[in-house]
Amino acid sequence: MKKMKELKVLAVVVFFTLITYWGVEPYAHSVMHKHVEGHDFKYPDLKPAPKGNPEKGKQLIATCTGCHSIESQGIKAPMDALAASKAYGVNPPDLSNAGALYDEKFLVDLMQNPNHATKVKKFAMPPSVGSAQDAADIAAYLKSIAPKEISNKEAFESACGRCHAMRYAKWTQLGEIPKTKPNIKTKQDPELMKFKLQVAEYQENLANYMGKLPPDLSTIIRARSKQYLETFVEDPQTQLPGTAMPRVGVTKEAYEKIEQYLEAVGDSSKPDRERIGPWVIGYFVIFTLLAYLWYKSNWRDIV
Amino acid sequence: MAHFDPNARPFSHKWLNERLAIDTLKRVLSTEYWIPKNINFLWAMGMVLAVTFGLLLLSGIFLLMYYIPDTKQAFDSVNYTIMQEVGFGWLWRHIHAVAASVVFLIIYIHMFTGIYYGSYKRGRELIWISGMLLFVTFSAEAFSGYMLPWGQMSYWAGMVITNLFSMGSLEWNWLVEWIRGDYVPGQAFLGRFFMLHVLLLPLVIIGLIIFHFGTLRIPHVNNQDGEEIDFEAEAEKWKAGKRKEAKVIPFNPVFLSKDVFVLGVYFIFFFYLVFYHYQFAMDPINFDPADPLKTPPHIYPEWYFLWSYEILRPFPKDPGLIAFGFAQVIFFFLPFLDRSPNVAPANRRRPFRCWFWLLLIDMVALTILGKLPPVGIYTTLGTIFAWLFIILWIALPFITKREKLVGGKK
Repeated sequence: MKKMKELKVLAVVVFFTLITYWGVEPYAHSVMHKHVEGHDFKYPDLKPAPKGNPEKGKQLIATCTGCHSIESQGIKAPMDALAASKAYGVNPPDLSNAGALYDEKFLVDLMQNPNHATKVKKFAMPPSVGSAQDAADIAAYLKSIAPKEISNKEAFESACGRCHAMRYAKWTQLGEIPKTKPNIKTKQDPELMKFKLQVAEYQENLANYMGKLPPDLSTIIRARSKQYLETFVEDPQTQLPGTAMPRVGVTKEAYEKIEQYLEAVGDSSKPDRERIGPWVIGYFVIFTLLAYLWYKSNWRDIV
Repeated sequence: MAHFDPNARPFSHKWLNERLAIDTLKRVLSTEYWIPKNINFLWAMGMVLAVTFGLLLLSGIFLLMYYIPDTKQAFDSVNYTIMQEVGFGWLWRHIHAVAASVVFLIIYIHMFTGIYYGSYKRGRELIWISGMLLFVTFSAEAFSGYMLPWGQMSYWAGMVITNLFSMGSLEWNWLVEWIRGDYVPGQAFLGRFFMLHVLLLPLVIIGLIIFHFGTLRIPHVNNQDGEEIDFEAEAEKWKAGKRKEAKVIPFNPVFLSKDVFVLGVYFIFFFYLVFYHYQFAMDPINFDPADPLKTPPHIYPEWYFLWSYEILRPFPKDPGLIAFGFAQVIFFFLPFLDRSPNVAPANRRRPFRCWFWLLLIDMVALTILGKLPPVGIYTTLGTIFAWLFIILWIALPFITKREKLVGGKK
C-alpha cells in the first residue's frame, strides 16, 4: 500500500516534469523554427546533365583557368588569393578536387548560369560556358582528375574555407596560420603580423562583397542542429531567405565529410563523452542497488 | 572550567571529545536528530538539493581555473580551452550547466511539496521564507553564471534583463547604466557578474543554506499527514527499542539510508542528462559568440525563469513590470496569506486543493507560453494564465479563511 503511494507521487512529479519539458523544448522549438525538408543533396530543381566527355572537357578547360588554378595539373592561379579577392571579392577556388566535391548537375548549371545555380543575386563568377554539352564535358574532365580520396579537412577547406575562418582549427580564409616564432629579443613576430594583415585585408574585401563577414565556423556544430546545417548548406535560401551565402552544390558524401570535420573541430570531446557515459551511469546503477539494500536493512523492522 | 585530561593522547577520541564535544555533535546533528517516519521520497529533495549545490561548487571550482572574464576571451576560454583542451573540462562544464538547470527542477519540486503538505505553517514560517531567499539567490546566481560564456544568449539576455531596471515609464536609464557599468553590456558588466557569480552570491547561498537548516531545527520536518508530533516522547520510544511504535526515526542511519537511495536514482537521471541530453541546459544559440550587431530572432530566458517572464510579457509596459514584481515577491507571503490553521495535505483541504492544482497547472502553462513567440493564440493564453496567477494569490486569504477544520490525521 505504502509503496503504491510513493509510486503515485513519483508518477505525478514525472508527469508534470515531462509536460513542462515537452512544452519548452520540442514543442517550443517546433514553433520557433520552421521545418525545412531536405532533398539529400540531390538538387531536384536542376536539369539532368548530358553525358560529358572528359577528353573534350580538357580542351575546353582554358575557359576556367583564366581565373581558377588547378594545382594538381600544374596550372597556377593568375593572381594570389589577396589580389583575387580585391578583383572579385573572393578568391576563386582551386579546381583540383572540384569534381569530387560538387554535384555534376550543379557544376553544369553553374558554368552556364551561376546566379541560377547558387540562388544568389550577386555572384563573382560570370556565365562562362554557352552550352550544356560543353559544361558537361568540363565537369567530366574535372571529375576525371579529382583524387579518389579526399579528407574531411580538405573537403571543408575547399568548399567552405575561402569564406569561413575556423579559429579552433587555426584556419583563415588565406589558409592555416603559419607556425612562426616571435623574435627572441623583441618578443614581436613580424611574419605573423604580416600574415594577419593579409587576412584582415582579404576579410575586408570579402565582407564588402558579401555584405558582412561570413561567420567563423568553430562552434557551429553545437550552435545549430544537424538538420538545420544540412538543409542550410544544401540550399541556404530555405533557412535564411535573402542570405548572401550561395548554394555551393556539394554532394552528399562531401557534405558528410564537412560535417564530420566541423564536429571534430567544434565538439572534439564527443568521442570521450560517448566512451565515458556508460561507465558513469553503470557506476550509479550499482550505487543505487547497494543503497537500496542499505535502505531496506534500515527500514525492515520499523514499518 | 572544562576538564582536560593531561594524559589523553592527542587526537584520540577522548582528546577530541574534550575539545570539540564530538559525541554531542554527532548525537545532536545525526544519530538523535529526529525525523518523522511518515514521509515519502519527496522528503529527500533537501538532500538532493544540497548535493546538487555541492556538484555546482565542485565543478565551478574546476571551471574557474581556466575561465577568463574578458569579453574578448571568455567565449573561447569556455568553448575551446575548457571544452576541448583541458582534460575532462567538457565533463565539468556539462555537469555545471546541467546541474544549474536541474537544481531548479528540484527547487520547484521542493517548493510545491512544501505548499502541498502545508509545511510553511505552525512554526515553520521561517523555513519557507529562508527557502524563498535561497530561491531568489539561486536565481541571481543562475543569471550571473549565464552571462559568463559571453555567447549570443548571454549578451542579449543580459541586455533584456538589465533593461527591466529602467522601471518602465520612470525611464531610470541611469540605474541600468549603473548596473551595467556601461551603456551596453561590456567588460565592466562581465567583470561584475563574474565576481557576483563566483564569490558574493555563493557566499550568500552558503550562509542561507545554514540558516535554512537552522530554521528547521525547532519546528522539525513536517510529515505526510501534517500531524503534530511530540518529538521528545516519540524519541524516547525509539531509544527504548520500540522501533515500530515510534513515530520518529533518527536522521543517521535510518533517514539517511533512504536519502542515499533516492540520491542514487537521481544521479542515474542526472548523468544521463550530462552525457546524452544536455541541450535543454546548454542552449545552442549560446554557442554563437556574443554579437552586439545581431539580435537573435528569439530571446528567451532559461526555462526556470519562463513563468515569471510570461507574467511580464502579456501586459503593457508598466502594468507588466508591476505584475512581474508581484510574481517575484508573492511567494514570500504564503505563510501569512494562507489563513487556515490546518496543516494537512492539500487534497484534504477544500477548496485549497483546487487552489494548489490550479497554481501548479498555471505555472506549467506560463512556463511553456513564456518560451513560445508572443503571437496570436499564445498571447491570449499568456494573458489569461498571467491573470489567473494574480487572481489565485489574491483569492488565497479568502478561500483559506473559510476552510473547515480538518483533523491533523485522517
